[in-house]
Amino acid sequence: MTTEAAVLPAARYTWGGDEFLFVEVSEAMSLPANFKVMSIAGKLSDARLPGIVDICPANASLLVRFDPDVLPPEQLETAVRDIERDLMNHQERALETRIVEVPVWYEDPFTAEVAQRFREGFHQEPEGSDIDYAAKVNHLKDAAEFIQRHHEQPWLVSMVGFVAGLPFLFQLVDRDKQLEVPKYLSPRTDTPKLTVGHGGCFGCIYSVRGAGGYQMFGVAAAPIFDPDQALADFKDFMVFFRPGDIVKFKPVTEAEYNVIQAEIAAGTFRYRQAPVTFELSRALADPEGYNRELMEALNGI
Amino acid sequence: MAFEIGNPGLATTVQDQGRTGHYNVGIPQSGSMDQYSAELANALVGNTAREAALECTYLGPVLTTDSDAVIAVTGAPVELKVNGEPRPQWSRLVLKAGDQLSFGVIQGGTRYYIAVQGGIDVPEVLGSRSTYSLGAIGGFKGRKLEAGDVVPVGAPLNGGKLPRADTVPEEFRPVYAKEQEVRIVLGLYDHRLTEEGLGNLLKEEWKVTPVADRMGLRYSGPGVKWKEREQPFGAGSDPSNIVDAGYAVGSIQIPGGTQPIILHRDAVSGGGYAMVGTVISADMDLVARAAPGTATRFVAVSMAEALDARSDLAERRNKAWEALGSPRR
Repeated sequence: MTTEAAVLPAARYTWGGDEFLFVEVSEAMSLPANFKVMSIAGKLSDARLPGIVDICPANASLLVRFDPDVLPPEQLETAVRDIERDLMNHQERALETRIVEVPVWYEDPFTAEVAQRFREGFHQEPEGSDIDYAAKVNHLKDAAEFIQRHHEQPWLVSMVGFVAGLPFLFQLVDRDKQLEVPKYLSPRTDTPKLTVGHGGCFGCIYSVRGAGGYQMFGVAAAPIFDPDQALADFKDFMVFFRPGDIVKFKPVTEAEYNVIQAEIAAGTFRYRQAPVTFELSRALADPEGYNRELMEALNGI
Repeated sequence: MAFEIGNPGLATTVQDQGRTGHYNVGIPQSGSMDQYSAELANALVGNTAREAALECTYLGPVLTTDSDAVIAVTGAPVELKVNGEPRPQWSRLVLKAGDQLSFGVIQGGTRYYIAVQGGIDVPEVLGSRSTYSLGAIGGFKGRKLEAGDVVPVGAPLNGGKLPRADTVPEEFRPVYAKEQEVRIVLGLYDHRLTEEGLGNLLKEEWKVTPVADRMGLRYSGPGVKWKEREQPFGAGSDPSNIVDAGYAVGSIQIPGGTQPIILHRDAVSGGGYAMVGTVISADMDLVARAAPGTATRFVAVSMAEALDARSDLAERRNKAWEALGSPRR
């Protein structure tokens, strides 16, 4: 056992009332912790236990909703502990998933306008922009360097939630290269739909307009939550992202953004995406080398 | 058949038992906040417990039925009128085409429910007719009702058969008190509170603030203390922060240690605030009935006690149906 995953301690089990089991795999965020969460969630889902209502993998923990009239709490806990024990002996190392290219208009006017309304009392540096602040606290030269760092390496969807279809994103780089930015001092009451944001070590894309506390860097050009299911990518489900998806941001200009808007209006837009197998040990051993290989899957799509 | 909405009221939405199975992508449970009251309104008009009803918040709608209709209003005490004439709550009412239903001032609690024979017949989205406003799905066009809306009503169920009795006996109606004891199961991140902080949560009185809606209820009180620590990677800088995790419905978070927030049916599905316990399933309706100013004590119970309370509530619900002369459906 050479990976960090092997040294993750046993998870902590605790109850959320009489309908929820909470399994904290790790207090700290890490790729191995998220991988273990996803592995437990997958195996629990495969087990198809009657009485399980929702299985919600999160960044470093798992929340399971159950119907105690059908599945007694201790029976559920035993089932999850058995899965965890089995995983420690046969560590799951590969995830069948996909890589998706997400076009982003960085430093767009929509988030800039909203940011202007939430400066004094909300932001650490009210006189500057969110992205300038993010560059500064990460000791980068300027906004351009921050944007470069933001899109040049891919991200893992480590959790979907908060609101419908919102992906939390964890960049697939060594910890010392992770971008970390504090959240707003006090949450905004408004965030444009599709804002590309960042709080702590997590990126996100706001699926709907609403409250939010993450720093705002740009807007994603295409929908990620589509209740009308108009576009082909939403034919099966109104939510685009699933935990385990790999996201490669692609910067676009205003003109390119507008072309995408026209494609969306015409109903022809599709995300560039390709199936990939994601191997934890390789991602940990040589993140950037492995990322290059993952991103090659998008070539020629 | 339909209801035409004159004045929509403050926040009137279509709700049913809620939408489970999609919490893993952030789609909340939704559904009637006071399930017990909504269910008994359905029972009175010959529906199953699953039909959608209108949930009215403080200020109800003015609506006109375009056909003869059988309705019932349950939940928080409020003056209700048909064509301006007072009518009783918790009773079956027969409306003629063109009759107008309206409401006076709420006398306690927060929400009341209008059920109609056949149910509110909006399309199901992901297995439920409940409104999730933030995601703009379910209910009537994914939003609260507006003036001019025409809300469809379904055909009578069960061959139009109605239960023998037309009124829910007093003993089966909820009490709307200005004080509440809310039972919680401690857990999740309660170990991160100081002993004094946990003591404050359980021994002191907390008051519901005006910041209370379908997403959650915020309480004011003495605050709590979180243990200081070096924060884990990714968790954020405040001791009340955790690496973003899933939120149990009913869980209690205390951002910054100041005001506890109980998450309810439309709450966000996850986030970065530590939770210290969870309201038991049997008391979620009780919390939904708490108006601003309600003095609240949180009582810690065991899982076994929570499950007993759950069985007691189920039994009380079944007995209420039986009192109407109809088995629970």
